[in-house]
Amino acid sequence: MASRDEIVDEIAGFALFADLTTPQLERVAHVFEERWYAEGERVLRQGFSGSAFHVILDGDAKVVIDGNDRATLGRGDFFGEVSILLGEPPVADVVALRPLRCLVLDGGEIQPFLTDNPAVMYRMLQAQARRLRNANRWRS
Amino acid sequence: MAELTDRPFPPGSYPVVVVGSGPGGLQISYCLSRLGIGHAVLSADDAPGGMFRRWPFFQRLLSWTKPFAPVARTDPAYERYDWNSLLAEEPENQALMAAIMDGTSYFPSRPEMERNLETFAERTGMKVRYGCRWTATRREEGADGVTFVVETSDGEYRAGSVIFAVGLAEPFKPQTPGIELAAHYAETRAAESYADKRIFIIGKQNSGFELASGLLQWARRIYIVSPSPAKLSVNTRSLVGIRARYVQPFEDHVLGGGVAIVDAAIQGIERGGDRAPLVVRARPTAGGDEMTFEVDEVIAATGFVTPLLDLPALGVATVGQTRLPAQTPYWESASVPGIFFAGTISQGAAGLKKHGQPANSGAVHGARYNARVLARHIAKTRGVGNTSTEPTGPAIPPDRLVDFLTAELESSPDLWHQRAYLARVIGFDPDVGAVDRGVVPLAAFVDGTGDDGRGDALSLTIEADGTGSIYPVVYTRRGGSVEEHVFEPDPLLRYDTSAVRTKLEEIAAGLRLSASAG
Repeated sequence: MASRDEIVDEIAGFALFADLTTPQLERVAHVFEERWYAEGERVLRQGFSGSAFHVILDGDAKVVIDGNDRATLGRGDFFGEVSILLGEPPVADVVALRPLRCLVLDGGEIQPFLTDNPAVMYRMLQAQARRLRNANRWRS
Repeated sequence: MAELTDRPFPPGSYPVVVVGSGPGGLQISYCLSRLGIGHAVLSADDAPGGMFRRWPFFQRLLSWTKPFAPVARTDPAYERYDWNSLLAEEPENQALMAAIMDGTSYFPSRPEMERNLETFAERTGMKVRYGCRWTATRREEGADGVTFVVETSDGEYRAGSVIFAVGLAEPFKPQTPGIELAAHYAETRAAESYADKRIFIIGKQNSGFELASGLLQWARRIYIVSPSPAKLSVNTRSLVGIRARYVQPFEDHVLGGGVAIVDAAIQGIERGGDRAPLVVRARPTAGGDEMTFEVDEVIAATGFVTPLLDLPALGVATVGQTRLPAQTPYWESASVPGIFFAGTISQGAAGLKKHGQPANSGAVHGARYNARVLARHIAKTRGVGNTSTEPTGPAIPPDRLVDFLTAELESSPDLWHQRAYLARVIGFDPDVGAVDRGVVPLAAFVDGTGDDGRGDALSLTIEADGTGSIYPVVYTRRGGSVEEHVFEPDPLLRYDTSAVRTKLEEIAAGLRLSASAG
């Protein structure tokens, strides 16, 4: 359990929100919803429509594609944005490895949130660029 | 003290204990009784109704009951249009709300809702031990498993399963400096006592807008302030956001009538000088200079939290500022098995929440169906009651299956109200054929929990995507892998069309094929 004040303190250190002022962080704490997942629970489901953007507050999750573990995500990491930006179902399951607390924004709210917070959009773009670079390195 | 000896459920051991006598407590008690599950119902109140005995202040609910609907009140499908009656199997106890309302609005008044719940309790012979306050909880491990001890003002109750239906009933205020100078929504006085005053309302949820609506003709100025912008239900296409009934202050604001709706983080509340009793300072979320508001009263419409007493100390995990307990799809504590939740707290089980659309578990018209599913689940898994009531009907002949499914789509109030949360499951058994396995949480079906994850099957749901469309979705499970089939939305919500029937037939044929191959 966390009050919105506590959530502001928790996310102030996340790279994604690093450029936001305190009132803007408060707005994030109001606009996002906190959700809790039990160990083993599926957070995103491969191939199902209507997913959401998640930022991990606490805990770990694994990315599973067609039954194969591909990556592990932890505090401050985010997921779900790719399927929302492309308007397609997720290409992976995300499964909680232990109790997982996330801030969640529904798919439909991502565009207004990012255009209202260009600094977050820039940070998200940086993270995507890093993932793309790493994927390219891995392939070459 | 005849009253004391007449009170039901003296302290002792029961198969199940239910705490609460609002709509959630009454509905789960009714459903448990129908399955022959012995249980005690305890309530600190002195009459049924829960929060509806006090709120909403300005007298009408947000949930409608339509006196005239496309189907007769005696038809179960009428529940789609009646959000307020509790569920009963006896025809004479169904759709009670419609008969109680006086016809001046399709939103019942608070006293009408209270009467609806009292009438249900009375007619169904519901027993509740009133005036019995839950004070603490213990968990004991013995030779025959875990027992919960519910300590109350009347003594100790012991049970293997406890269902808490205690509502979101505890007023919550944020830790803003000076917040003690603000009254909580729950302390709102009669509207006329705010005449000619400047009112500052913290929060842009329905409660804040309900107050603002009720005070429009009384207050000199109304400020409605919080960091995030106001959401309107007509924009979110869901129960998320300010309901249409309370949008008037929003119109007053956009037309410059004197109501101001401001997106700002509140920095503090202080005592003012000669010009105003109170001063509120706030920083706009869009940036810019700090704002000061000189006002007569500050009201924190900042919501309520779940009164869980010592359950968190027992290990019950909670989520977010509302302290809703984290739950399995079957409304069991995700961290302490044997503790269950009913009524509005059942919204702590979010389910798939596809497209961000919540189920209606927070409202009577959603939670009442959860109760029916929960009672069956408890009968099946907790070793209490009559487990033969498990709904595995006779096989549905292949040429009747599509009719069965389209009839479900046309009329099933549980699927319509608990979209993407509850699903009708049809199992495909190689020996028997298609079998109705009843209504279960969709998450239990798609994530393969227990019996719900077993065998080739389909589950039928109604879903919404936040654009205003409401449409069927079928999930099929073949050889352990689950696939989603989304149907085209129909603007008139007709789902017995030839296109729907053709698609259902194709889906069913695939499952029959795979079942016979198995």
